[in-house]
Amino acid sequence: MPSITRQPFRTAVLVLVWGWLLFLVLAPNLLVVGASVMTRDPGTFISLPLNLDAYRQLFDALYLEVFLHSLYMAAMTTLVCLLIGYPFAWALSKLGKQRQLLLIFFLIVPFWTNSLVRTYALKMLLATNGLINSALMGLGWIDEPVQMLYTEGAVIIGLVYLLLPFMILPLYSVFDDLRQELLLASHDLGAGRFATFIHVIVPLTLPGVLAGVMLVLLPAMGLFFVPDILGGSRNLLVGNVIKNQFLDARNWPFGAAASIVLTITMAILMLAHRVSKQRIGEEGTG
Amino acid sequence: MTRWLPKVYLGLVYLLLYVPIGVLVVFSFNDSRSGYTWGGLSLRWYGSLFNNNAMVEAMWNSLWLALSAATVSTIIGALTALALHRYRFRGKKVLNGMLFVVMMSPEIVLAISLLALFLLVGIQLGYVSLLLAHVTFCLPFVVITVMARLSGFDESLPEAARDLGASDFTMTRTVLIPVIMPALLAGWLLGFTLSLDDVVVSTFVSGPSYEILPLRIYSMVRVGLKPEVNALGTLLLVFSLVMLMLSQWILTRSKR
Repeated sequence: MPSITRQPFRTAVLVLVWGWLLFLVLAPNLLVVGASVMTRDPGTFISLPLNLDAYRQLFDALYLEVFLHSLYMAAMTTLVCLLIGYPFAWALSKLGKQRQLLLIFFLIVPFWTNSLVRTYALKMLLATNGLINSALMGLGWIDEPVQMLYTEGAVIIGLVYLLLPFMILPLYSVFDDLRQELLLASHDLGAGRFATFIHVIVPLTLPGVLAGVMLVLLPAMGLFFVPDILGGSRNLLVGNVIKNQFLDARNWPFGAAASIVLTITMAILMLAHRVSKQRIGEEGTG
Repeated sequence: MTRWLPKVYLGLVYLLLYVPIGVLVVFSFNDSRSGYTWGGLSLRWYGSLFNNNAMVEAMWNSLWLALSAATVSTIIGALTALALHRYRFRGKKVLNGMLFVVMMSPEIVLAISLLALFLLVGIQLGYVSLLLAHVTFCLPFVVITVMARLSGFDESLPEAARDLGASDFTMTRTVLIPVIMPALLAGWLLGFTLSLDDVVVSTFVSGPSYEILPLRIYSMVRVGLKPEVNALGTLLLVFSLVMLMLSQWILTRSKR
């Protein structure tokens, strides 16, 4: 179809698309990489001598602790999402097609609702004189309100609540593709339920697990408004650090370096996802 | 036992997902100022929402921003999808890769990179910077929606149009656009909702001259509980529900 004659429409489209992406995707990302190796400057944000101070600062005891704590909360969020989402996607894929579509619809409805408003709704439930505490005291199960808000647990609950659909959807798609013949074959070859699960189901759903992990773990380090609303000042995410460094402390190199660490994490996860998918492609069709 | 256990489990998860939303909606009609005790049915928080001028202005700003961001990203996204589908050009993989990176990278990474660009290039933070940022993060979603539609499309139609002497532009206008129309509408609705919901990117690239709704909500919910937020949340919920049903309806109807 491509012709050698001049096509003004084709040229216009390509210039527009390339222009947009180069100016608003490539250039800004290069800027961040550049900023991370420059020196902080109160006037122009960044200035020359190139150095790796920002990266060194990431390993300061204070920040390292914040990073590790954030990583821990993100990992817990991902684990909880996986533990809830895996059986959920499995159970969902066993229903009739029409019902599956309806349930998927109701899974994404909350996702289309403002995430701040949903975080706020959790705050109403978790507060010291909130509904959960009132209910538990009304039932006589506890005598005094339990401190739930402004804890690490509250942040994890908030992140799970916001990110669960992102774990379930890729898992659902691998369970939906799972061919029943493979399970039957495994059964015919004498494998029990557990052996089938470990040797057939787990490897075949691994790309979905990795995709879900990728879609949950990274946002779980960046969604700074969740700790702001639910976590108090001690349960910060990497996102809070980046935001403070860019907007309040005006320390661009440090904020940029932190963001690059996030990007590298993303790249590693994407690579793992690709490798696992390729391995299944070879084994599954070969 | 194994027959009903999965269904009970599914029901339980849906219950957990919807309880907070249900509580939010119910308490938006609560007459009491405290967010925890029931003081009778009332619409007072909806009233105080619309009597708050700054709030109403933020609503209009958000609505206008979402409308324009969805429209611009649908136009550019559709053209990108068409280019990826029909043209062979150098750097196609790079283009695809850039779209994928935008979609996958954490919002905060996108946010700071755009802030750095706007400040260094000298684009004032306000409507323009918000528009550029929102179009950028909506773009990949529009491209994917349109590409999906194009991939199941009979290639002989555009070829026939070309053989009959239609120029590239005429062929796109008269053959391709009608075919991808449902995808364009769905992509537009998706972009509209993404823009209306965004907090992370907007926090970085908005300025005092153009206050938008999510940022207004953010400053309200950081401290304490505000019953107005329940009313606002309920309105937003109904609004996105309508939008979502609309886009599902368009997509399923076009498949038949």
